Amino acid sequence: MPRHPPTDEPGVSSLALEGGGGAWRLVLGGDWSARELGPLRVLIDALPPTLPGAVTCDWSAAESPGIGPTWALLNHLARACASPLSVQHLNPPRHIAFLEDLRAGGGTAPHPAEAGGAGRPVERLGRWVLAQSEQTRLFAEFLGRIITVLGRAVLHPRALRVPSLTRHLYETGVTAIPIVSLIAFLISVIVAYLGAQQLRLFGADIFVVDLIAISVLREMGVLLTAIIVAGRSGSAFAAEIGVMRLNEETDALQAMGMDPIELLVVPRVLALILALPLLTVIADAMGIAGGGLLAHFQLHIPWPQFIGRLHAAIAPTTFWAGLIKAPVFAALIGLVGTYRGMRVRDSARELGRLTTLAVVQSIFLVIFADALFAILYVRLDF
Amino acid sequence: MAESPDPVIRVRGLVSRFGTQLIHDGLDMQVAAGEIFAIVGGSGTGKSVLMRTILGLRRPEAGTVEVYGRNIGALPRSELGSFVQSFGVTFQNGALISSLTVAENVQLPLREYRGVRGTALEEHSALCLAMVGLPPQSAGKYPAQLSGGMIKRAALARALALEPKLLFLDKPTAGLDPISAAAFDELLLYLHARLGLTVVMITHDLDTLFRTCDRIGVILDGAMLCGTPSGLAANPQPWIQAYFHGPRARAAAGEGHG
Repeated sequence: MPRHPPTDEPGVSSLALEGGGGAWRLVLGGDWSARELGPLRVLIDALPPTLPGAVTCDWSAAESPGIGPTWALLNHLARACASPLSVQHLNPPRHIAFLEDLRAGGGTAPHPAEAGGAGRPVERLGRWVLAQSEQTRLFAEFLGRIITVLGRAVLHPRALRVPSLTRHLYETGVTAIPIVSLIAFLISVIVAYLGAQQLRLFGADIFVVDLIAISVLREMGVLLTAIIVAGRSGSAFAAEIGVMRLNEETDALQAMGMDPIELLVVPRVLALILALPLLTVIADAMGIAGGGLLAHFQLHIPWPQFIGRLHAAIAPTTFWAGLIKAPVFAALIGLVGTYRGMRVRDSARELGRLTTLAVVQSIFLVIFADALFAILYVRLDF
Repeated sequence: MAESPDPVIRVRGLVSRFGTQLIHDGLDMQVAAGEIFAIVGGSGTGKSVLMRTILGLRRPEAGTVEVYGRNIGALPRSELGSFVQSFGVTFQNGALISSLTVAENVQLPLREYRGVRGTALEEHSALCLAMVGLPPQSAGKYPAQLSGGMIKRAALARALALEPKLLFLDKPTAGLDPISAAAFDELLLYLHARLGLTVVMITHDLDTLFRTCDRIGVILDGAMLCGTPSGLAANPQPWIQAYFHGPRARAAAGEGHG
């Protein structure tokens, strides 16, 4: 048994072809161990593609020949020589018989790549449409199951899983307060600062207050909060449920007669629907505070004047126009995140792909829904 | 235990401790070249900890672990990586990378460490799969599409890809049906004979113990008691008696009076 790793430096691997005209001699030398598979492969590929006649391989000078290099050489000889009988080995390594047995068993049969090639454009379009309609059907089923659980909860409030709900309320709501506050505050300061630069041209600095109040309360407070929450909690929902799917935990729950939708999905979605409006109120307050501070220190608007202007700027509906959107956004984020999580199967890559998709889709849906709200409000004159 | 002149693995006075919990207390172990050695012991006796220590994944609190004459505990981290490459390891659940096909899993260490590319890679992975008896069409499948037995074989193929002389197997037959487990035992003996492997495994499969192992090391109270399967079975120590002569053991040992 050779000591491993070898203590003395082995010679440089070599492969020499001698003779010709029907009597070839291959002389192997130097390090033929598995470590040298890459360089040896280059030497083997440099051999002539056909070797008509008898071939003798002299292994005497090859040091600790490995299986990989031996296999590569045997494969080449099998392709190059007319018949396996025309190859003779001198002092071969002891695993050569084993490898020849494997070869005889068809060990090198090329394996076809898994089906699923590109296909023609029409075919691809067809497959895409089928996949999309299947997705739609699955999502409808998912929604239906959630509604069933909610219906059950009306009769049996235990189905609401209050302990789980409070945990998610804490994780999606309370722990998000610092980042939501900070972002709302900073964005509002930036908007007020840039807005003031423009308004000053008209001597209308005071309207910065209107700018802040309306933009934060109607749009930015809720939209920024929703986007932050989509990034924080939408991804967490998809990843948590996805890992449970990979560990067969959801199957285990089902096998024990429990509904994963009731245990995992509904508490998360409901917690988000409760948390997002509350976070929005905090974001609104922080936004107004940020604008107010900037107005005070940068534009030198005194507090009483700021508050008076604020009262004048805010219509009774302004605050509600923003807040009403929050539960809708929350439902979108929660549904997309948990749905994507429930679709995870088989592999870690799938988990990553669906988590990414959950965040991207929920942010897109939030902005799309915001656009619909904008149109609706204009039509209703809200 | 006879001192073999040139053991592949020599563990001396190993102490492993987690906080106040003492796992190994002066454990000695030797594995000779070409042996199939099994580590057994009750739950929580530190079988996996021992294996992780030998693999250099964990530094011992005291004692030395020498593999091929080199002290694993004293190797710098930079050398440890390349040294550990010369071992093959399989994990209990296969630990195949789930987003790669079987062939890509087997090719992974070659691509990473040997700079092998293209058809050479394909040929070598085909060899590894053929060695462990996987059909060529399994190469393009993903781990999730394989049965338990095939996952174990694919993991073994990946462990063999760098042509190790020393192979570590963590519960290689756990979760397999008796027929697949027996087939895996035969595969191990077949490869052991042809590749001159030294094998260290953790197993609780008594059939595997009696069929494949040359020697068994039992971890008891933080130390190791070594012997041949039949020699250990005759040991009067109560845990060993319970292990080898419980209702499930008799059939495996072929005593036939159960």
